[in-house]
Amino acid sequence: MSTRVLAPRRSRRLRIPIIWWLLAATFLIAWLLVSQYGRGDFVAPSNLNNIVERSTALGIVAVGQTFAILVGSLDLSVAYLISVTAVMASFIMQGDPSRVPLALLVVFAIGGVVGVTNGLLVTKARINPLIATLGVGLILRGLLNASFQNFAGSVPASFQYLAYGSIGPIPVPMLLFAALVAIAALTLKRTRFGAHIYAVGGDRATARLSGIRSDRVVIGAHVVTSMTAVLTGLYLASRLRSGAPWIGTDGVYDLESIAAVVVGGTVLAGGRGGVLGTVAGVLIFATLDVMFNQLGIGSYTKQVLRGLIIIAAVAIYAYRSREVVG
Amino acid sequence: MHRLLTALTLLFVLAGLTTALAQSGEFYDPEQLAFELAAMDMEPEGPEGQPWIQAIAPEYIDTSEYATEGPWTVCFSNAGVNNPWRVVGYTTMEAEVELHPDIATFVHVDAEGSDNKQISDISGLLASGDCDILIVSPNTTAALTPAVEAACEQLPVIVFDRGVNTDCPVSFIKPIGGYAFGAAAANFIVEQLPQGGNVLALRILPGVDVLEHRWAGAERIFADAGLRVVGAEFAEGSNAMTKSIVEDYLQLYGTIDAIWMDAGATAVAAIEAFEDFGAPYPIITGEDQQDFLLKWQEEGLTAVAPTFPTYQWRTPIIAATMILSGEDVPSFWVLPQPVVTQETLESYIQPNMPPLHYALCGCEDMPGFPERWGGR
Amino acid sequence: MSEAVVTRTPAWKLALIGVGKVAPVFFVLLVLIVWITILNPRFIEPTFFLNFLRRSAPLMILAAGQLFVVVSGGFDLSQGSLVTLTVLAGALLAFGDPATTWWVILVLYGIGLLVGVFNGSVTSFLRVPSFITTLGMLLTLKGIALLWTGGAPRGSLPDNFRAFGRATIDDVPVLGRLPWAVIILVLLAAFFIYLFHRTVLGKHALAVGDNQRAAALAGINVHLVRISAFTISSLSAVTAGILLGGFSGVSINVGDGLELEAISAVVLGGAALLGGRGNMPAALAGALTLQALFTLLNFLGLPSPLRVTVQGAIIIGAVGFAAWRAVRAGHERGA
Repeated sequence: MSTRVLAPRRSRRLRIPIIWWLLAATFLIAWLLVSQYGRGDFVAPSNLNNIVERSTALGIVAVGQTFAILVGSLDLSVAYLISVTAVMASFIMQGDPSRVPLALLVVFAIGGVVGVTNGLLVTKARINPLIATLGVGLILRGLLNASFQNFAGSVPASFQYLAYGSIGPIPVPMLLFAALVAIAALTLKRTRFGAHIYAVGGDRATARLSGIRSDRVVIGAHVVTSMTAVLTGLYLASRLRSGAPWIGTDGVYDLESIAAVVVGGTVLAGGRGGVLGTVAGVLIFATLDVMFNQLGIGSYTKQVLRGLIIIAAVAIYAYRSREVVG
Repeated sequence: MHRLLTALTLLFVLAGLTTALAQSGEFYDPEQLAFELAAMDMEPEGPEGQPWIQAIAPEYIDTSEYATEGPWTVCFSNAGVNNPWRVVGYTTMEAEVELHPDIATFVHVDAEGSDNKQISDISGLLASGDCDILIVSPNTTAALTPAVEAACEQLPVIVFDRGVNTDCPVSFIKPIGGYAFGAAAANFIVEQLPQGGNVLALRILPGVDVLEHRWAGAERIFADAGLRVVGAEFAEGSNAMTKSIVEDYLQLYGTIDAIWMDAGATAVAAIEAFEDFGAPYPIITGEDQQDFLLKWQEEGLTAVAPTFPTYQWRTPIIAATMILSGEDVPSFWVLPQPVVTQETLESYIQPNMPPLHYALCGCEDMPGFPERWGGR
Repeated sequence: MSEAVVTRTPAWKLALIGVGKVAPVFFVLLVLIVWITILNPRFIEPTFFLNFLRRSAPLMILAAGQLFVVVSGGFDLSQGSLVTLTVLAGALLAFGDPATTWWVILVLYGIGLLVGVFNGSVTSFLRVPSFITTLGMLLTLKGIALLWTGGAPRGSLPDNFRAFGRATIDDVPVLGRLPWAVIILVLLAAFFIYLFHRTVLGKHALAVGDNQRAAALAGINVHLVRISAFTISSLSAVTAGILLGGFSGVSINVGDGLELEAISAVVLGGAALLGGRGNMPAALAGALTLQALFTLLNFLGLPSPLRVTVQGAIIIGAVGFAAWRAVRAGHERGA
């Protein structure tokens, strides 16, 4: 909202963000409940590994979604972009390692085009991001379903290293995810682009007055979001050995990534938050997921609890930050 | 604005490229089609009246290597309970578990319709080390193959409903299949319309292999018989969309002689569209949902209902106890797949059951029937 | 506060002035209807056109309710799940017994009231953004509906319940078969236009959406306005659910995606997301435009999947055009 007065940013020295307390609390409660009423050892290394494994696909795209939300936008087209990427990648690769570079080139190009399109629609055409990215998502969905009905092609065995390989005891996807988070966090904290993102998300008009080309920043953020959707698509193609047109929507990556970002403490209106919180948000969802499984809770109950937890988590932040909301 | 247009143009060029690259007909497999059509006429082996333990042309394999003392822990990785067919099936499966005292623990994990989640579910179950045997109902065929392969290395695996692209599971259980389903419905329409006519095909979604097989089984039969397929529309399993589509086609063509459906959940909505329009009832093909069977009987429709029986959810539990006892099981366990016809309609109608209860659940004699399945 | 005219002007005139400002949707609607009629001349025969209106009634009513939330600066993403809950719970409670219809409808509106007050209160008092509150409710309500029914429809809606969405009055002069749903739609549309353009509630909703702090300083009870807006939205979702359940019967996916269609309709009708600008007749026309678009795409015989693409492109195009006009007309915020 252009009329909102930017709240002075409080100093963050030595204060552990509340999201980490929430994560710790979730984890402890899950541990307690599972050891009391559930099956299996919640803190066994294999179980912890499983929590991280569950976080990876959503985590990658949620890191990108954080950028879009920080500039005061959001992206509902990621689910379809994930599908497009997975299908195109495996279709082009056709199991042939020599075609991997070509496939990567094509999917990142598509991601770039989608990101720029989203950004332009939001900035130059001034369409509300919800409608703009919903529309782009519908366009992608139609084109995808018109072109592909099923799993197309496959990824070569070597490409599956991305999802199933490990360096020593540590799985490759975990390392790559950690690297991505580190890069994203550094970008936000240490680069000019990152500073501009916070400025534009905090107050676009003021940012513009202080000489920031805010449209470019918003477009840049959307490109980052789309690129992470592409990465998730590649990860899923590697994990499923092939890409299918429904994998993005089946995982509900559009709404879940937004939920993870806000549960992670990033303000939906933009300007405040960060990727580390998002990672914690994603881990909370994965921890709950494993807990529900081990307690044998049915999927309908899970859905009810997930909905209430999203509301409750954000209510806690809102209560603490005393922010005016819309 | 200028750059916006450029970007959009680029997007459409890319889109055009992918469309040009697209292949069609990838779901047509003449060999499988021939096998399924032959299987529909074969006499299954096994006890009369218990189709869930019958098998068509079974090849038994020895499972003595998996024999262990009870009580057992049976683990089940489920694609989801996200539609009435799966709800009826899973309820039936839970009831079956209770019939086997040797199964001490039944662990159910629900992937909520996501391939990615189901892979994590399976790796979680394997890591827990609790399971004596793993049953998988894959969310999609291709995606679950690596996870099932990994599971096969650790314990005996049973796959049912959709398949996987590997023969490592001890037993793969399924009814005859989608081609036979689609063909049975299409053949009925062709027989009823010797002079030809308009056929409207109503489908759920593109790309779901089970459903694509049904259409592939029907499409060629209509073409060979010279019937005019005026449309093959996707109604996304929505009653409202089904009704709207049928209304629009009735306006355009005046009459529709036959409706072919790839699944029966929206069949009643399609019939109601004819009622509301004031058009005569079409020849219609549905499935074994109670609401459709009841409507068929009440209105005296010309109809047929191929099935994808929910009693197949009993079989994996039975197979699990057989394997853990070291008994021989069919490695490819093909279950019979009856077609409800005018002659057999009466015997499948259960007015006390919910509208989307599937008549072929094989659950009438199980503990808790009918309340457990939502009946009265 | 551009639309909130202070002088006492008759409601219809006010609505017309508003229409003049946000007219493009009516133009688009006209083009679509003419196009459909060229493809299928029977479309504008009274019986068929009334049929089309009957089919559109649920989305139009949803859009009307959504408009109150949108102009006050929020979203209601829980509408679709509430529609599903209404239909599933209605069938379960009534179990096909016509004698139950009236109290079942009462219970359903009671549920709607609870949901609306919850959404509004959480957004107002706990200061959770409405996008998140209602996203949470989208999951929760669908979960409750499935939990309650065990995952598949149980029972059925009796004929006198379904009549609202399905039955027609036959042999009406000129019109032919007149669906009940169309009568309900016309009455509700008139009511919503009155409520939005003529009462203090509509003006306050616009004021809150335009500038919450200024509205509060002007003495408007912001919380009450917001809770009212969400309650109207939820009650309209229950109404849409009753009509939709009547029209098409019971299924677990009956409401899926309706919330985004309703928001698209409202935006097509020229409302600004994040509040402050909106017009009821245009929002209703936006919903009708979406339905006309679905119908046109049916008649065009395009490959099914590509229809979705066209739909996406048209939503972007129409909203982009409206935003462009709004910017030119001096509104700072697009659409």
